[in-house]
Amino acid sequence: MAKLVYDKTGRLLFTKEMKNEYTLLIPQMLPDHFAMVVHILRREGYKVDMLENTGRPVIDAGQKYVHNDACYPAILVIGQLINAVQNGSYDPHKVALVITQTGGGCRASNYIHLLRKALEKAGLDYIPVISVNLSGLESNPGFQLSLGLLRKIVFAAIYGDLLLAVSNQTRPYEVTKGDTDAAIEQCMEFLLSDMDAGKGMTFKSMEQNFDRITATFKAIPVTGEEKVKVGIVGEIYVKYAPLGNNNLADFLLAEGAEPVIPGLMDFLIFKVNNREVDVGLYGGKWIKEKVCHWLQNYLMKYQHAMIDALKRAGFRAPGDFNDLRQLIKGYLGEGNKMGEGWLLTAEMLELIHTGIPNIVCTQPFGCLPNHIVGKGMIRKIKDDYPWSNVVAIDYDPGATRINQENRIKLMLANARAMAKEQVQTEEASSVQI
Amino acid sequence: MNLRVGIDIGSTTVKVVVLNEQNELLFRSYERHYSKTRERAVQTLRSISDLLTGQTIHMTITGSAGLGVSKASGIDFVQEVYATAAAVNTYVPHTDAVIELGGEDAKIIFFGGALEERMNGSCAGGTGAFIDQMASLLNVSIDELDVLSLKHEKIYPIASRCGVFAKSDIQPILNQGGRKEDVAASIFQAVVDQTVAGLTQGRELKGKIVFLGGPLHFLTGLRERFVETLQLDEDHAVFPADGDCFAAMGAALCAGDYAPRSFEEYLKLLEESVDATENLDVMPPLFTNQADYDTFLSRHNANRPPETDLNTYAGDAWLGIDAGSTTTKMVLINGQGGILYSYYHSNLGNPVAIVLEQLKEIYRLCGDRVVIKGAAVTGYGEDLIKNAFQCDLGLVETMAHYTAAKHFNPDVDFIIDIGGQDMKCFKIRNGAVDSIMLNEACSSGCGSFIETFAKALGYDIAQFSKLGLFSPKPVNLGSRCTVFMNSSVKQAQKDGASVEDISAGLSISIVKNAVYKVIRAASADDLGQNIVVQGGTFLNDAVLRAFEQELGRDVVRPTIAGLMGAFGSALAARDLHLDHSNLLSENALQAFTHSAKPVTCNLCTNHCSLTVNQFDGGRRFISGNRCSRPLGEEKQELPDLSVYKYRRLRSFEGKGDGTGVRGRIGIPFGLNMYENLPFWFTFFTHLNFEVVLSPESSRKLYLKGQKTIPSDTVCYPAKLLHGHVEALVEAGVDAIWYPCMSYNFDEGIGDNHYNCPVVAYYPELLAANIPSLKQTRFLNPYVGLWRQKDFEKRIAKIMDEEFSIPKKEAVAAARAAYDSYHAYIQDLRDKGDEYISYAREHHLPILVQAGRPYHIDPEINHGINDLITGQGFVLITEDAVSWREDYESRQVLNQWTFQSRMYNAARYVCTQPDMQLIQLVSFGCGTDAITADEVRAILEKGGKLYTQLKIDDINNLGAVKIRIRSLMAAMEARGQ
Repeated sequence: MAKLVYDKTGRLLFTKEMKNEYTLLIPQMLPDHFAMVVHILRREGYKVDMLENTGRPVIDAGQKYVHNDACYPAILVIGQLINAVQNGSYDPHKVALVITQTGGGCRASNYIHLLRKALEKAGLDYIPVISVNLSGLESNPGFQLSLGLLRKIVFAAIYGDLLLAVSNQTRPYEVTKGDTDAAIEQCMEFLLSDMDAGKGMTFKSMEQNFDRITATFKAIPVTGEEKVKVGIVGEIYVKYAPLGNNNLADFLLAEGAEPVIPGLMDFLIFKVNNREVDVGLYGGKWIKEKVCHWLQNYLMKYQHAMIDALKRAGFRAPGDFNDLRQLIKGYLGEGNKMGEGWLLTAEMLELIHTGIPNIVCTQPFGCLPNHIVGKGMIRKIKDDYPWSNVVAIDYDPGATRINQENRIKLMLANARAMAKEQVQTEEASSVQI
Repeated sequence: MNLRVGIDIGSTTVKVVVLNEQNELLFRSYERHYSKTRERAVQTLRSISDLLTGQTIHMTITGSAGLGVSKASGIDFVQEVYATAAAVNTYVPHTDAVIELGGEDAKIIFFGGALEERMNGSCAGGTGAFIDQMASLLNVSIDELDVLSLKHEKIYPIASRCGVFAKSDIQPILNQGGRKEDVAASIFQAVVDQTVAGLTQGRELKGKIVFLGGPLHFLTGLRERFVETLQLDEDHAVFPADGDCFAAMGAALCAGDYAPRSFEEYLKLLEESVDATENLDVMPPLFTNQADYDTFLSRHNANRPPETDLNTYAGDAWLGIDAGSTTTKMVLINGQGGILYSYYHSNLGNPVAIVLEQLKEIYRLCGDRVVIKGAAVTGYGEDLIKNAFQCDLGLVETMAHYTAAKHFNPDVDFIIDIGGQDMKCFKIRNGAVDSIMLNEACSSGCGSFIETFAKALGYDIAQFSKLGLFSPKPVNLGSRCTVFMNSSVKQAQKDGASVEDISAGLSISIVKNAVYKVIRAASADDLGQNIVVQGGTFLNDAVLRAFEQELGRDVVRPTIAGLMGAFGSALAARDLHLDHSNLLSENALQAFTHSAKPVTCNLCTNHCSLTVNQFDGGRRFISGNRCSRPLGEEKQELPDLSVYKYRRLRSFEGKGDGTGVRGRIGIPFGLNMYENLPFWFTFFTHLNFEVVLSPESSRKLYLKGQKTIPSDTVCYPAKLLHGHVEALVEAGVDAIWYPCMSYNFDEGIGDNHYNCPVVAYYPELLAANIPSLKQTRFLNPYVGLWRQKDFEKRIAKIMDEEFSIPKKEAVAAARAAYDSYHAYIQDLRDKGDEYISYAREHHLPILVQAGRPYHIDPEINHGINDLITGQGFVLITEDAVSWREDYESRQVLNQWTFQSRMYNAARYVCTQPDMQLIQLVSFGCGTDAITADEVRAILEKGGKLYTQLKIDDINNLGAVKIRIRSLMAAMEARGQ
């Protein structure tokens, strides 16, 4: 069995030996994106599982081991990890936990520390915790984000975004239930087997894969009816994770709406862009600015390719990162970077500009950055776009689904009334002609 | 057209209406459903079968609890706000806004332009259920509450966020003799404030306003508060005759859009629909059979004090009184702790009258045989009762409970007391009270909590809790505050849980709330080996059993669990070994009179709400005060660094050394300006601007900005900024300076030097939400102060762009600003040292008040500092000592400048025997969820006590006092 090795600050390390013996457990956040990352890591020689345990036991474990005033995502992520270890699915001596660490002034940067405190409280402090971050915090000999691996993860993110976009635009209209999910499976399979074969990792083959994906989804028979489109924005975990938002996307589907979920790429670019902006605002090394600038352009090239592919295939395409930056002027400064920062407001504006004024703004109860960039901006958005229809929903262990759903239903009732009005005006004007 | 039926199923009531073709009401009903929603609706429909039988009708369901019924029955659903808007458009055209209060929800609908609708979020009381709770707290019916409110003389500030907060505000007022009339009106005012603050979110309530919903329909006093607060005249405040049924009427109006069916078919759908019972999260039963229960009972009933009989006893006796928040407990003991007489009753809002009556009874029973040699009092009403009846001793509750618990188990190391309103847990270490945990304002779950639910479901408390003992599958309701619990219970009922399962579930949730939310224990060992449980709530066997099950170990519950405070007091009185008690004699009681009058103290900016109690013979007792000034004594002036700091900061105003010719710059006096003001003051005065500070914070200033607060869960210090900025606009300054700052100064004691997101970006929120800022130049650029060279460049650019100030001047001003800031910091440190030396010369204990710089704002800390120095401490702030420690890696990411200071202050305190630390935490502060545990860990590792004071817009100083006094008692016990 692998020996427990600590660094000089007393942090338990994930050793090379562990890489062979241990299973890495990853909390579920973006189901499709993360599923792909899991496959990629497995091919790098890691044993990896994405956790799918949900429900009350997860929340209970979170509340038991995490300060209850900590944010809901921390309670869920940590609860999911600890519950998975405690419920006997894994040998606790043969697992390591993986958690993302974004850095930045939001308390979310503290998840990893809260996780370690929780493990200690649970008597599981022999389980190593691996931080995945882009800030170079906490290295581990047995887990290294090589450039090659990083590149693959970026590919997973961009493919994940594309799948998210096309599947959300197809699922509400599919004639045969399950077609869309089958298409996702199908695409994942060929993407991963390509990756295994060393294919699909060049820009060109990626573009070809994009077309393959869009074509797969275009082939699904759809009904062609009109549905109300509802955007989902918010704190990154509750925005994406079904566990965090009580299956919001499924609920909207069941209510006869089309969920529109902005992708992850913008968030990645946003985090890179922050560093460049910081140098501009506060000073710093020009080299940092240059590197960030280059990285941003690199990521945006991929983003543009995806947007073009969507347009080519006749799907609705989102704006790019620069469009978002333009929209935010007059609302927030680009220095607003904690949590989702100005990006959250920009996503709401982008949705409104692309004809989706109905938005659910999700946040954990008491989320600090969202006081400003979420709830704090809705007033101004409403002033500037009187027809916008934004509902802010808080998520926490005590909030009941019924309360949340009722508020979303109100937003939907509003949306339908507006859609009806619009049809009537259009009919009226067409009669005049 | 067919008749249209609308059914509104709310959280507590069912409303049914029938409309004819002309939209006229043919029938209307408004009935409580006691959670039997579907049955109630069917019953009502049956009662009007004459009207509907054989007809084809349209029907829709609406309401917060209507969704489930709609789903189960297949009858169409209309969202209730949408339905209400439809009704208002039809019946009260040209309406500008609707305010509707329901059982558990509050809504505002704005008309004019696009329809805008607001509902209360997941944390918002201030609704019908809240009024119900408050009425039961005052022990009056809703109607009586209404009548009382109309006779008010003054309004007390009562926290309007949730019922739990309000309770802790109201209780001290009642216990200190405040008038019920005033409290009643204050409750309604709290509802108004909550609605206006929580829901308007920047949009002004004006024009013609329609008031709807049950509470506004029935309660004249509530209407009066709304009309007065919103300054409406008769034409603009509309209370429609059927305002309690508008949502149902709207549902009926909307029903026309849906396909009709026969009345019989609808009835059948409703009757035959079975609510979905899947997904019900259940837990193991409390007891599986009677034998288990019997063993359990006999084990606990063995913990009883010796039997005695007052009727035959002759000799000395000692009296203990526990004037608790909802109940008054009294115990008379003999020398061995045998109970001669005991009393436990709700104080009905007037503890003095109860004690008076009981005391007379005790004297009567004592006759000449028994002599009372000492009397002690504890609890919320301690001061009042002590003064009213001249008790010999008043002691803090924690000490009273410890004394009592020790009597039953000398090795006790953990005590948990759950009473009607409050929960106290504490550890005993080395014979002293340690680590006190009280339920903070947002974590209810005490005795009255079950009681409220019992009542709502139509049971009395004893009956209700018994129901749960043998529930085969208690439902898991989570562990959160009452407001959330209401919806959890609703959901469970909908999912088919029986009353038995809910009763057991509630008992378990109380325990979970205590263990995980208040104590935050991970295992039984976190608590202790010898646990004694007390308080009336533990007399509930279901709660006790759930507690033992949750911990997996047996605990001690004395048979007098509900009397432990009084019992401990009596023991403490005995241990005074007095020859003679000062307690009012039997004769003196005959002449006893008591009246109470509310007054507002105007001796300082705290404006304490005082209650002046007048007793016979000219005896007087004033309560509600923080300092001794209203008592006619000179305010005791022990050195207080927070006061020094505050005065210094307020002095950074005016033209300074400059001429002021460039204009007047307004700076809001809040959040990080409590740190950075000296910097900006010097910067701007150096550039010949005049600096105008916003006024000192006050309740009034808060209310001025309240309507533009978009997020009601943000911390109070941030909310205050709205008022500050409005005041600056009114002052007519040329520009307001309030920069965004992601980062603070880097003091080298943390891993990073951020501000929290709220402090960093609140200026942008203000710009987006305060309409009057559109007419003022509001400058909120991003700047960072920790890299001086870069800052000079950036600020020069900003000053050039905004004011065409030459670069050279701006750079010089920046340099002066840095000097001034550093001088200010040095001065604070020197002053801190001076105060520390003073304390040591005079052998006074030193208390480090650790929080954010803005926690020294008297409107934010509500005079806690006065309370602290009033108890004989010299007070210094965290920044006066934090610099004495270097960087040390922490168990958490130590990334915020202000928060880093607290860790260092705590570390320094551990090295100083005569220092203690109290952490101030603003409610809703997300970063303190992380710092609190860390500061506690540092202090406990250093052998110090951790004391946290949570503060909000209104604060219950009673809880603060308990903590400070317990801290002192523990210091005494430890010989510190």
